[in-house]
Formats: sequence, structure tokens, C-alpha cells
Amino acid sequence: MTAIDNDVVKSDTTNAEGYHKFELGEFTFSRDEYFVYIGWPTGSHMMSIDAFLRALQRDVAWDFFYGIVNFDGVFGTMNHYGTVDIFAGRYNDSYRKAELDYSENHETPVIRETFKSILADWTNASFDPFASPHETGAAWGVKSGDNLAAVTRRRVAAARMVGVPGDEQIRTDESGMPVNRMFRDIDQSEPIIEVEPGFEGEVAAFNLFAFLSRSDVTWNPSVVSICKDSLFCPTTEEYILPIIHGNDRVEWFIQLSDQITWDVEDRDTGAVRSRVTMKAGDVCAMPADIRHQGYSPKRSMLLVWENGSLDIPELIASGKAPTYPVEF
Amino acid sequence: MGTPSKSGGVEKSAYTTVLGSLDSYDKGGVELINDDARHYAFSNIFEVASKSAPWEKVAVAKNFEYVLEAVRAEGTSQWRTAAHDEFVVCLDGAVTVELVKLDASPLAPDAGGSIALDGEPTGRPMGRIHLARGHQALLPSGAAYRFSAPSPAVLMMQTIAGPDTQFRWAEICQTV
Repeated sequence: MTAIDNDVVKSDTTNAEGYHKFELGEFTFSRDEYFVYIGWPTGSHMMSIDAFLRALQRDVAWDFFYGIVNFDGVFGTMNHYGTVDIFAGRYNDSYRKAELDYSENHETPVIRETFKSILADWTNASFDPFASPHETGAAWGVKSGDNLAAVTRRRVAAARMVGVPGDEQIRTDESGMPVNRMFRDIDQSEPIIEVEPGFEGEVAAFNLFAFLSRSDVTWNPSVVSICKDSLFCPTTEEYILPIIHGNDRVEWFIQLSDQITWDVEDRDTGAVRSRVTMKAGDVCAMPADIRHQGYSPKRSMLLVWENGSLDIPELIASGKAPTYPVEF
Repeated sequence: MGTPSKSGGVEKSAYTTVLGSLDSYDKGGVELINDDARHYAFSNIFEVASKSAPWEKVAVAKNFEYVLEAVRAEGTSQWRTAAHDEFVVCLDGAVTVELVKLDASPLAPDAGGSIALDGEPTGRPMGRIHLARGHQALLPSGAAYRFSAPSPAVLMMQTIAGPDTQFRWAEICQTV
């Protein structure tokens, strides 16, 4: 365990299953055919490898997202936007009371590169961590090729709006983004745009539902429009959100199609607080002191609406801003 | 009867996507275990629009100064403008957007939210956009815009709270 490449510490050799072992600070990571084994100075933890890779894929793709990405009830990361905490048991009431929780803070590039390396090494050719269970083969088994094209997909992030000249463009068959099997009934017609000369870059529109119907990933918000810090981050959801997202700010969900059910727990302890069922047209806030995990029986369209201001976590943590969106 | 998937399971041969509309929506809700329903500000855009007057801008989500507004589109709106980009998503029906580049904006560059304009705007026509369900359009900074909908439609606006934004949380949200 001495090879250091681009701040990534991994074993010189592979284990009997063909995978490298990784280290990040005092944390260690290894996998076999079915499980990942995570170690730290005060304990250890096991997760099913498919669940771990699905969570790891989101954490990497979202660059640690807003707030806490719980891989499960024990292990996860918390984003400080420049540095990231990697923790075990930090947001688990039993681990905290037993004083068995453990956390380290790392510069974002170090944890980013380590997680990307684990994802690349441990994802076999048969498995796509972004896909729904019906759309991928298994994560199990000994090392068998890789799926770098899947795990390094580029995240769509518009600077102004999808479809504006020079910005992110719409998805088409020709661009390799066919309509998903569960959205074949979505109208694919684009808006009719009549532009006066000189305003080609200002008069813009696109079919948001068609754009989403052609997404080849699940539980991976794209940014499609930006009004200062207000970000429209729609996504298509199927099966289970692979992480339990702990908020560091209020975020909002707008269900655009079908149905998602959310389990909502206290962010710090995991105590159950509510169960939210969202149907098309429903709008619901996720307060800044909760964590949530969603279940989507059929592929659905969800608009996640974020305020991307970097000031908010500190305002909420210091009590200068409320954890709830509105008072009434 | 179905289609074999990569997982080895069998899927249905066809799926139906459920979208909402003014005439047909089914509202979910918050099942409380140990919380207050008001923390979630749970509402439904189609229900809000069904109870709104045409072109009222009713906030259904708020995050600091930013809001999402539900708008019942019916007939022709006033001309409006904002000093920042806004966006509109048509969630039901069909709506036409007219755009005019204002010769002079009545708003300060850092003003938040849109305002109504008196009468017709002065400036160059920029174009028109015809939106149907699921379509999203840019309402560019410094432009005047006007909507028209021959029959009732529903819009969702991504914007900043302005003088005409209506806050009716107690009316529109689940409270118990």
C-alpha cells in the first residue's frame, strides 16, 4: 500500500478478486465479490458493493453535492465547499452516544480523486451505477473489465438555459440520447420559436419534458436554467435514491410526473419525522435539518430546486436563517 | 407479457406517464410521524392554479428572495419586465410568449422580481415563442414579455419575489 498517484493512495497489488485497496487518511476501502469493507481507527463497516458504487457514483458526479451524502446509516461525506468531511457514524445516534463515530476533513481534490479511482477500479464492465436496476447488469464478482464511459459521464450544467445558443443543447436520437423506455409516451415536439433578426441568442425555449425523457441516468440532477443563485435541477428517478441526502439548506421538490415517496428523518440522529408522497404537480420543501431518501416505482420526472448561494450553510448553522422555508 | 431486461427480470411492454393538469390532478401529502406539516409547505400547482384568478402570481416555493410562482394563464396578460433572467415552464395547455427589447428598462439593474408595465412597451420586437405542455422558455433580462392563452393553462415561473408575488401559504399548503 504505497502507490501514490495524483494524491490517491492505493495498493501496489490487487487482492484475490482482482481489486485494489485504497486509503484516505485513516480510512481504508477494499472490496470482494459482494461487499465493500470500510475501516477507520474506531471501527469498521460493510456495505453491499452495488449500493456502495451507486452512492459513490452520485457523490463523485455531484462533487459532494449540498450538505451530507449518507451512503447508508453509517458512512458518508459532508461538503464544506473546498473541503469535505468523510465520516463513519457521525450522523448515527447510537454511534454518537457510544463515542464510536469518526470523521476526517480532506481537501476536496484529494477525496475527489480517491473516490474517482475507487469507482473506476471497482466498477466492472457489466455494471452501470447510474442506471436503474432493470437497465444494468450486476456489480458482483471478481474484477471483469471496467465501465469508464459510464462512470465518467459529463453532468449537464447550463450556464443560462438549455437550448440557448452556446449553452447546453437539447437531447436527440442523433446525439445518442434516445427516449427512455418508460417515457415513450412523452411528446417530443419542440416549441415553435419565431425570432427577429439580431435576437437569436435571446429568444430561446426547449421541451423540458422531452429533455428529461431522454436522460440515460437516474437520481442525477442536471442544471437546466439559472436565475442568479436559483437553480432548476430536474432529474429522472427510478427505484431508490442510492444515498440518503442530509440537507444543509432548504431545497424544494416539484414532482413533474408520476410519483415518488420520501422517507424523511432527522438529519443528525436519523429519527423518523415523516413520509411524503408526491404526485404530479405537488410541491414540497425539504427543511434544512432533515435527511431524505426517495422511492420511485416508475421512472418519474422530479424538479429539484436549489438556492446555490455559498452563504446559506453558515447562515443556517449560526441560526441567522431558519431551517424551514416559510412561516405561516 | 413483457420485455426481458439487462437485470434478468421482465419489464412491462409499455408504460404510461402520469402528468397533471387543471382538469386532472391527484394530490399526495405529508404523513406526519414526528413533525409539523407546515415545515414542508406542501401544495399542488394545479390546485393552486385552479383557485387563482388569471395571471395571479402565487408563490408555491420560496428560498430566500427566490420564488417559484404558479400562474393560471387565461386570455392575455399585462406586459411585464424584470432586470434579471426569468424562466417559464408550461405545465398544462398552450401559451404564446411575445418578447420586446425595451429601449429603456424602468428597473434598476439590481432590482429583483418582475413588474407590470403600463400600456404597450417601447422597443424592438424580439420574437414569439409558442409553448405547449412541458416546454420551458427564457424571459431575458431587460425584455418585456406578454403571455396569451386561448384556453386555461398553467405556468410555473422561476423568478425572484416581486411586488405582485402573492403569498398565500395558509390557503394553499397542508397544515395538519
